[in-house]
Amino acid sequence: MTYVAQTPEQIRGLIAKAKRRDVAFVALGVVALGIGFATFVALFVDMLIDGWARLSPEFFAQFPSRRAGQAGILSAWVGTTLVMIVTAAVAVPLGVAAGIYLEEYAPKHWVTDLIEINITNLAGVPSIVYGLLALGLFVYAFGLGQSIRTAGLTLALLILPVVIVATREAIRAIPGVIREGAYAVGATKWQTVRDHIVPYSMPGILTGVIIGMSRAIGETAPIITIGALTFIAFLPPAPVTGDFPFLSFEWLKAPFTVMPIQMFNWTSRPDEAFHANAAAAGTILVFMTLTMNALAIWLRYRLRKHIKW
Amino acid sequence: MAANAIPGVPGRPVVSERLARKFSRNTKERAIEALLFLAASVSVLTTAGIVYILVKESAVFFGQVSPWSFLTDTQWTPLFDDAHFGIGVLLSGTITSSAVALLVAIPLGTTIAIYLSEFARPRSREIAKPILELLSGVPTIVYGYFALLFVTPILQKLIPGLPGFNLLSAGIVMGIMIVPLVASISEDAMRAVPMALREGSFAMGATRLQTALNVVFPAALSGIAAAYILGISRAVGETMILAVAAGMQPNLTFNPLEPAATITAYIVQVALGDLPHGSIGYQTIFAAGLTLLLLTLAFNLIGLWLRKRFRQAY
Amino acid sequence: MEARTQPTTHATMLGRTPPGAAAPAGSAPPPLKAESRGLSFHYGKFQALKSITMPVHEHRVTALIGPSGCGKSTFLRCFNRMHDLYPGNRYEGEIVLYPDNTNLLDRDVDPIEVRMRVSMVFQKPNPFPKSIYENVAYGLRVRGVKNRNLLDDKVEASLRGAALWDEVKGRLHEVGSNLSGGQQQRLCIARALATDPEILLFDEPTSALDPIATASIEELIAELRRQVTILIVTHNMQQAARVSDYTAYMYLGELIEFDRTDTIFFKPRRKETEDYITGRFG
Repeated sequence: MTYVAQTPEQIRGLIAKAKRRDVAFVALGVVALGIGFATFVALFVDMLIDGWARLSPEFFAQFPSRRAGQAGILSAWVGTTLVMIVTAAVAVPLGVAAGIYLEEYAPKHWVTDLIEINITNLAGVPSIVYGLLALGLFVYAFGLGQSIRTAGLTLALLILPVVIVATREAIRAIPGVIREGAYAVGATKWQTVRDHIVPYSMPGILTGVIIGMSRAIGETAPIITIGALTFIAFLPPAPVTGDFPFLSFEWLKAPFTVMPIQMFNWTSRPDEAFHANAAAAGTILVFMTLTMNALAIWLRYRLRKHIKW
Repeated sequence: MAANAIPGVPGRPVVSERLARKFSRNTKERAIEALLFLAASVSVLTTAGIVYILVKESAVFFGQVSPWSFLTDTQWTPLFDDAHFGIGVLLSGTITSSAVALLVAIPLGTTIAIYLSEFARPRSREIAKPILELLSGVPTIVYGYFALLFVTPILQKLIPGLPGFNLLSAGIVMGIMIVPLVASISEDAMRAVPMALREGSFAMGATRLQTALNVVFPAALSGIAAAYILGISRAVGETMILAVAAGMQPNLTFNPLEPAATITAYIVQVALGDLPHGSIGYQTIFAAGLTLLLLTLAFNLIGLWLRKRFRQAY
Repeated sequence: MEARTQPTTHATMLGRTPPGAAAPAGSAPPPLKAESRGLSFHYGKFQALKSITMPVHEHRVTALIGPSGCGKSTFLRCFNRMHDLYPGNRYEGEIVLYPDNTNLLDRDVDPIEVRMRVSMVFQKPNPFPKSIYENVAYGLRVRGVKNRNLLDDKVEASLRGAALWDEVKGRLHEVGSNLSGGQQQRLCIARALATDPEILLFDEPTSALDPIATASIEELIAELRRQVTILIVTHNMQQAARVSDYTAYMYLGELIEFDRTDTIFFKPRRKETEDYITGRFG
């Protein structure tokens, strides 16, 4: 039998060498993380510096203009708000209902499998493809036009997988004994779902909705694809009117612009004066999405800490 | 009716009312289930809609342009009088920018994943992961702005003669954008490797790095491969960074220092113009979109399959 | 292997268990390979081991028995400092390795160096996701061995030592996880043997195996004592009786009794040990 003859000194030398590699790797890991974080800081600080001069109350109150110094994001933020209302109104009920169906009702057979595979795949479809769907289907086939409702519906479909997955995960975390407890006192399936499953999974669902919405706010490609105009110097009709029935849904049909489109428009102009506007709009956009993401992360963190079934 | 009335409650049948309530309860339950099922099927309808629209418009397109020339032509000039439709031109931009992105995202993402999973204390992991998540939440148009107006000027100082629009800058920024995705899926895969395997390695006198590279990494390989493939899919489908920073001019090139349109950037370019519905130019974006969908679908299916295989292993 | 001189500390080694009992009348006890002296261990605030003093005789099998949670696995894992992998763990006292009198638990002693001398086989077989060959060669590669011939020799010798060679010699480059449970565990034993460890720790090595695989591992352990000192944790008293020369009975983090295995099983001196052995407890 051969022996691997090594003196303690040799062994120690080997270990020391291997440990130096450990230390070197830790340094590498910290550097890699640092590159990620530094990029983010550079991105935010660069935009903040470029756009600082434009960040004023007037910037929010003015329409886009041919003169960079007078241009603002009024139509863009109003458009974003309205589109988001449509998106949320469609995606949240649909996504939550679909999640409930798949977790609580769906029988285990091929239809359910198909839906599941389908949702996972949809989550990986590039957003611009949703834009093509909307262009062909909503704009032309359904005749909804290049309107707020088209944009809202498009983004709703885009974030649907996010809401469904979050709903399912939240529901799955509820232990079976809760359901059995409800059934044991005579509740029907729907009563169990309505009174127990939905309320208990609410924080998890909310997390998913917020992440989905923050993604929708920043989406540019699908909205460009449906042919949204980039120069909108007017507001959609107000949802509240002076005449009976005091509510109007005309705004759904109105042409619009949104924050990321406005930013894209300003970024792609050769005139550097507009880049400051783009930076200012970008700062606001990043601030909004970061706040939403941070909120979602915090919610999830709290959830993990507080709920112990 | 009066025959089986509840005593003291005139006119109310006992049995039939209970039956009726059961019936109405069942009807309600079923109606609700049907509604929920409809909601779940919206996702299937979405897919069907995407496939229908892309195939329908592409069919018209391929009625005029042969699939052979679509795949082999070396020019993409759909709006010229002498129109050419070689998707390879757009594909070259997509491939080149994605390659640059992966050269950034895979080393960085893997290093971060190994570091967070095998070296970092739980505390630093809990801080680093949410920040990485935030990074992936930044809108891509913002990354586009950053690539065009921050990264490109820096690169131009390093590489004299670099044009204002180039695939390199867009690819690098896209890579940074994908890092959190690659890191987070790879880290999940590595953390799922049973502790017993690590202990086996440590018990042989291995260091953390030896254990990470020789035992944990190979054990998590299919999960990590899934992360890479999903990263590729994300890079191929990315739009705004490229539309803003790499230019929208079709250019058959694999040189990242040149400007070139990707499939996605071309769609944006056409959508920004005012092409009449039903024209050949309008149909090209659906043919391009179909190509894109098939590409990303293939990557996604491979990625999901790898991930599933990995989950079954542990 | 060279004969090791008996350390001078022998007389003080038995601590709470009266000395002399460990050696059968008339025959000198075998030399010591290691010795735990006043070893206490804490998981955070929880004290899992309470001042354990116990000898480990060279080329003998020492079994650690006791009810679940008695600390036997914790004790075993002190010998190769596996506890150092997790934060918040603390050792007190010492484990001395002979012949060089090294305290394994000393702060200045590198746990990696300890693990190169003291190898381990785990409860569940944990082959690496590599070929059979690379599994066995792993420890050598960690030690920087690159010589192909040496690796080939050691892999074969270790697989023979683990009674696995004949079953796998034709498929050394297949993945180790394709083997049966018993074969996987023997592969893990071969992996541990390849680096010529001084002590081999077994942590309930057969608890995940069927009776036939268990029998083959037990046979192997009995064989292996000729080349290496063995410490084995087992929850199966028959197993301890079958394979070990010495047995330690532990309860609630304390060493209740240590003696020759036949003494522990037939004439235990402590009532607690007798109760556990005869099944009145545990």
